[in-house]
Amino acid sequence: MARMKFLCDSERCIECNGCVTACKNENEVEWGVNRRRVVTINDGEPNEVSISVACMHCTDAPCMAVCPVDCFYQTDEGIVLHDKDTCIGCGYCLFACPFGAPQFPQEGAFGQRGKMDKCTFCAGGPEEDHSAEERAKYGANRIAEGKLPLCAEMCSTKALLAGDANEVSDIYRERIVARGSNKGAWGQNLAYNAAGRKN
Amino acid sequence: MAAVGQALAVLLVGLMLMVSGAQAGNEPSADGNGYQGADYWRDVTQGVSGYSTVKDLEAGVLINRSGEGWRQVRNDKVKPSGAWALSLTLLVLASAFLLLGRSRLREPRTGRTLERWKRLDRWLHWSVAGMFIVLAVTGLSILYGRHFLPDVMGETVFATWMQGGKLVHNYLGPLFLVCLLLMVLKWALRNRFTLVDLKWLVSGGGLFTREHPKAGYSNGGEKLWFWFLALGGLAVSASGLALDFPAYLGLREDLQLANLVHAIGSLALICGAFGHAYMGTVAVEGALEGMVTGQVDESWAKQHHELWYEEVKAKQAGQK
Repeated sequence: MARMKFLCDSERCIECNGCVTACKNENEVEWGVNRRRVVTINDGEPNEVSISVACMHCTDAPCMAVCPVDCFYQTDEGIVLHDKDTCIGCGYCLFACPFGAPQFPQEGAFGQRGKMDKCTFCAGGPEEDHSAEERAKYGANRIAEGKLPLCAEMCSTKALLAGDANEVSDIYRERIVARGSNKGAWGQNLAYNAAGRKN
Repeated sequence: MAAVGQALAVLLVGLMLMVSGAQAGNEPSADGNGYQGADYWRDVTQGVSGYSTVKDLEAGVLINRSGEGWRQVRNDKVKPSGAWALSLTLLVLASAFLLLGRSRLREPRTGRTLERWKRLDRWLHWSVAGMFIVLAVTGLSILYGRHFLPDVMGETVFATWMQGGKLVHNYLGPLFLVCLLLMVLKWALRNRFTLVDLKWLVSGGGLFTREHPKAGYSNGGEKLWFWFLALGGLAVSASGLALDFPAYLGLREDLQLANLVHAIGSLALICGAFGHAYMGTVAVEGALEGMVTGQVDESWAKQHHELWYEEVKAKQAGQK
């Protein structure tokens, strides 16, 4: 069984925000909510590094652990999804998430939070696949069509990879070798090391 | 021998040069490409903020670790300790009732009553009490509900219950604060601690003695509960207000702290409220009618609040 993961290759990300746009359009995400964002550290400086980030579909997901209504569930492929019918908009998942993935539209009086919205790995929600309800609440369900998330599919430099963890890491490992690391080593140091590579 | 020593020294120096050369290759180069992978990763995991076209409060932060700590404290500390505290409180009260029984009136009722709680006092008390119960039930559902309520009521009803519960909890909170403040302001002066209260507390409120210690309008225990409720209630209300308006206090570190203060404070208050309700209903005969009708029997007043009884009697005698 596949274990779905995102990986963003910081050496390739050019901060074009194509992933953000693709996600917003494909899932028809509501106003004020961004399921994905690109963050640039040291913007405009020689050490500038950009990474695209969204829900990382954690194995031990903090949002699942703290949700008072237990509305999260994990698919067989490790995708973390949630049920908007049960969600009460308390915001606890946002308190717990390291990546700032849960998003809340402001609804009703006093700036209350509406139902939480986050990246679904383009896997829809608990409703029937490709139903109107699923479309309205969660957006696209590309996984059910045998496709991968559109953010990664549309990434112009193929910096953002999505798919089975093993395949994603195989692709990444090949890149590291091709970039000429002397020992063919790969890992965190090279994954997030835009500047330190050997020419 | 000297030749060997020289050869060794040359070898050592050569090795050192090689090592330092290798190190120099890893050092940040002068042209600015010095942001090495480990440095970058460390910065990001420590929550350094960058630029993002998305304009949320925390959009520039890639990784915020604070939630892990909050999750651990809430899930692994507050939830189990709270469950223990609530259960132990109920256990202690149940055993107290079984061992000590109901505190009866020692003298028969005189039929003459004294006014103890005015209409406004009773209105304040029951408003605060009623809202406290609703807030406690909905709040406990938010903290513990997911572990058993879906099995008890079914998932659809659970979703509706929590949806409504959150709404009620959020809107009733500020109203609770208003009533609590009015009640605290109205009753604060008469709840000042005196030497009489100290003596009352030292003797354990006469729980284990035949003789009932003297008390004024309120006894030491009642005053303790009053100030516990006043301070705890304010802390819980203040943190609750922060959680009520996330759009105005959006920093998650603040909200995490507010959530913990709210949970711990509420659990402590609920334990206290168990004790207070126990004392006011089954434990002491004649106590509840004071808060329901406003009137208490003279023999009850003499037994439980002797100094207040004498004061009222002296006043009545003066009026005659």
